[in-house]
Amino acid sequence: MLETIVFSTLNGILYGLLLFMLSSGLTLIFSMMGVLNFAHASFYMLGAYFAYALGLHIGFWPALFLAPCLVAVIGAVVERYGLRRVHASGHVAELLFTFGLAYVIDELVHLFWGSIPVSYVPPDYMQNALFTLFGTDYSIYRGVTMMIAVFMFAALWFLLKKTRVGMMIRAALTHGDMVGHLGHNVPRLFMGVFGFGCALAGLAGVIGGPLLNTEPGMAQTLGPIVFVVVVVGGMGSLIGAFYASLLIGLLQTFFVAFDASIADLLGVIGISVDPYGEVTGITLASLAPMTPFILLVLILIFRPCGLMGELEP
Amino acid sequence: MSVFRPFAPWLISLAVLLLLPAVTGGSAVSVINVIAIHIVFALSYNMLLGQGGMLSFGHAAFFGLGSYAAIHAMNAIGDAAYAGEGFWAHFPVFLLPLVGFAGGALVALVVGWPFCRRAGTAFAMITLGLGELVATGTQMFPSVFGGETGVFSNRMVGPVWFGLELAQPADVYWFMAFWVFAAVLAMWAFTRTPLGRMSNAVRDNPDRTQFIGYPPRNVRFLVFIASGGMAGLAGGMAAVNYEIVTPESLSLVASGLALVMAAVGGLGIFYGPIVGAVVVTLMNSLLSDFTDASVLYVGIVFLAVVMFAPSGLAGGLEQIRQAWHRAELARKWPGWLVGAAAVIAWILALVLTVELVYLIRHGDDKLAQALGLELNAASPLAWGTVVILLAVGYGLWRVTAKHREANA
Repeated sequence: MLETIVFSTLNGILYGLLLFMLSSGLTLIFSMMGVLNFAHASFYMLGAYFAYALGLHIGFWPALFLAPCLVAVIGAVVERYGLRRVHASGHVAELLFTFGLAYVIDELVHLFWGSIPVSYVPPDYMQNALFTLFGTDYSIYRGVTMMIAVFMFAALWFLLKKTRVGMMIRAALTHGDMVGHLGHNVPRLFMGVFGFGCALAGLAGVIGGPLLNTEPGMAQTLGPIVFVVVVVGGMGSLIGAFYASLLIGLLQTFFVAFDASIADLLGVIGISVDPYGEVTGITLASLAPMTPFILLVLILIFRPCGLMGELEP
Repeated sequence: MSVFRPFAPWLISLAVLLLLPAVTGGSAVSVINVIAIHIVFALSYNMLLGQGGMLSFGHAAFFGLGSYAAIHAMNAIGDAAYAGEGFWAHFPVFLLPLVGFAGGALVALVVGWPFCRRAGTAFAMITLGLGELVATGTQMFPSVFGGETGVFSNRMVGPVWFGLELAQPADVYWFMAFWVFAAVLAMWAFTRTPLGRMSNAVRDNPDRTQFIGYPPRNVRFLVFIASGGMAGLAGGMAAVNYEIVTPESLSLVASGLALVMAAVGGLGIFYGPIVGAVVVTLMNSLLSDFTDASVLYVGIVFLAVVMFAPSGLAGGLEQIRQAWHRAELARKWPGWLVGAAAVIAWILALVLTVELVYLIRHGDDKLAQALGLELNAASPLAWGTVVILLAVGYGLWRVTAKHREANA
C-alpha cells in the first residue's frame, strides 16, 4: 500500500509537471493575446517527433535541446504569418485557425512518420535504476525528466520576474497599448511569447515522448486535458495552472493505481451492493480518463473563474 | 413572378431532390444519403456558431446521443413488432429522426443551463469538456453504448410508410430526401422567428440585448436546445442509414467535422453549411479512394478558408450573385477567372508536394498510381514542376490583383 502511494505520488508529480510545461505556455499565450491555442498539444507532439528524428542522427542530448528550438521557430512563423493575419477577424476566427492548424499538424505527422508509434526511447544507461524502493526501480530517466522540469520552472520564474523582457511581457499582459506607446515592439513581443510557449510545449514533448508513447494520437489525448488545466487553474493565471496541473496529475495517477470499484467504496461505509453491476462495478481506474472533465464541469458550476483566476473566462 | 420569388429556392431544391436519383447512378445514392445527414448536422451546428455566436467543440455529443436514442428505439420497434403489441409496434422507422430530435433536445435541456452564461472562449471550453466527458463516459456503460463495437439494429421492422421498406439505399434515399427537406425548412423558419432574430442580436451585442430586457443566457439556452435537437435529428437519420451507432459518432473528431463543414461553407449565410457539407463529404468520400492524404487536404482547405476567405464558399457565391444583380459581372469575371487559375496552380503545386513527400516516406503513392503517372521523387523534374507551378500561380495572382482592384 505504501509502495503504491509513494510511486503514485512520484509519477503523479512527474505527470503534473509535464502538464504544467504545456499549460504554462498556453496560459501565457492566452493572457497575452486572448487566444486559446488549440494547436498547443500539436506543438508538444512535434517536439517529441523532432527529438526522435534528430536523435537518430545527432544523438539524444543534442536533440533534447535542438527540438524545442525548432518548435519555437515554427511557432513564431505560425504567429507571424497565420495568427496575426486572422487576428483582425476576431477571437472566433483565431480559435478556428488554431483548430485547423492542429488538424493539419496531426495529418502532417501521419504523412511523415506513419500512423504507428515510433520507438523514441532514451539511451540505455538512463533506463537503469536511480533508486530502488520496496523492490521497484525508479529509472534515471524519470529523475532527469523531473530535474529538467523543475529547472525549467526556475528559469521561467526568473525570466518573468527578474529580467527586463519579463517585465515587458508582464506589462504587455495588462497594458499592451501603453507598452506599445512607450516605443516597444509589441507585435514582436507577441511573436516571441508565442514561439517561447510553443518551445515549452515542444520541451514537454521531448521529455514526455518516451514516457507517454510517441504516436500520432498523442496530441489528441493530451490536448483536451491541457485545456482543462488552464480553465480549472483560472484563465491566464500561471500559479493556478501550476496547482491545477499537479492536482490533475495526482488525481489521474491515483485513480489508475487504486483498482477499487464503486461497490468496494460503498462497502467501506457499510452499504453492500452488487459488485458486478453496471454502475456499481465501475472501477476507479476506468474513471481516470474522465476525472479531468468531471473536475472541469464541477469547477465551472461552483467556481467559474477557476482556482486562482480573477476573471471569468 | 414576384409572388413566387421567395419560394423559388425551395421549389428548385425540391426538384433537385426528386430528380437526383434519376440523374446519378445507383452507387452514388449511399454518398448522397451521407451528405443529407451531414447537411442537417452542419446546419444545426451553424444555429449555434453562425447565428448565435457560440463556438462549440462538443456538438457531436447531441448527434451521437440522438443517434443512440434512435437506434434503441429501432430495437424496441423490432422487439415490439415481433411480439405484436405495445406502443413501439405501431411506431414506423420513418419517424425515428423525431426520436433522435427528442434525445438531442433533452440532453441539451438537461446540461445546457450552466453552459450558456457566456459565449466565446468559455463556451468553447465547456462544450469541449462535455464532448470529452460523453465520449469517455460511453466506454463505461457497455449495455447502453455497446462498448467499442457500438449498437446494431435492423431498419426493416415495424409499420411501413409510403411503401418504403428501407431494404435498399435507394429506398433510404426517399427517407433522407424527406427529412433533409423538412429539417432545412424548419431551421430556415427558425431563423425567421423572434427567437432566431434574438439569437442574432445576442451574437452581435449581448449587453444591449440584456439592457432591452432579453437576458442573453435565456436566448442562448433556447437556441442551444433547438440546435441540440436538430443535431439529434441528424443522428436519428444516421442511425437509420447505417443501422449501427458507435461511440465514434460522439467523439471530438465528429464535432470537428461539423465545425469544418460549417466554416468551409460559410458561417454568415444560411445555405453556407449546406455547401460545406456537400463539398467536405464529397472530398472525404471521393478523395480517400485516390490518396492517403485526404484528411490533410480537408484540413488545408479549412485553414485556407479561415485565413483567406472568412465568409466561406457561400460567401464567394454571394459575391458572384450580387455582381450579377448589379450587372457588374461582365466587368469582373476576367479578374476572378484568372485569380481562380492562380489558386488552381497553387493547389496543384501543393498536391504534388504532398504526394511527393508521401512517395519518399512510404515508398508508393496512391494518387500517382490512380492517374497512371510514374512519379520519381528523386528527379529534379518533379520538384521543378512544383516551383514552376508556384511561380505561375504567383505571377497570375499579381497580374490579376491589379485588374481586380481597378474593377472592384
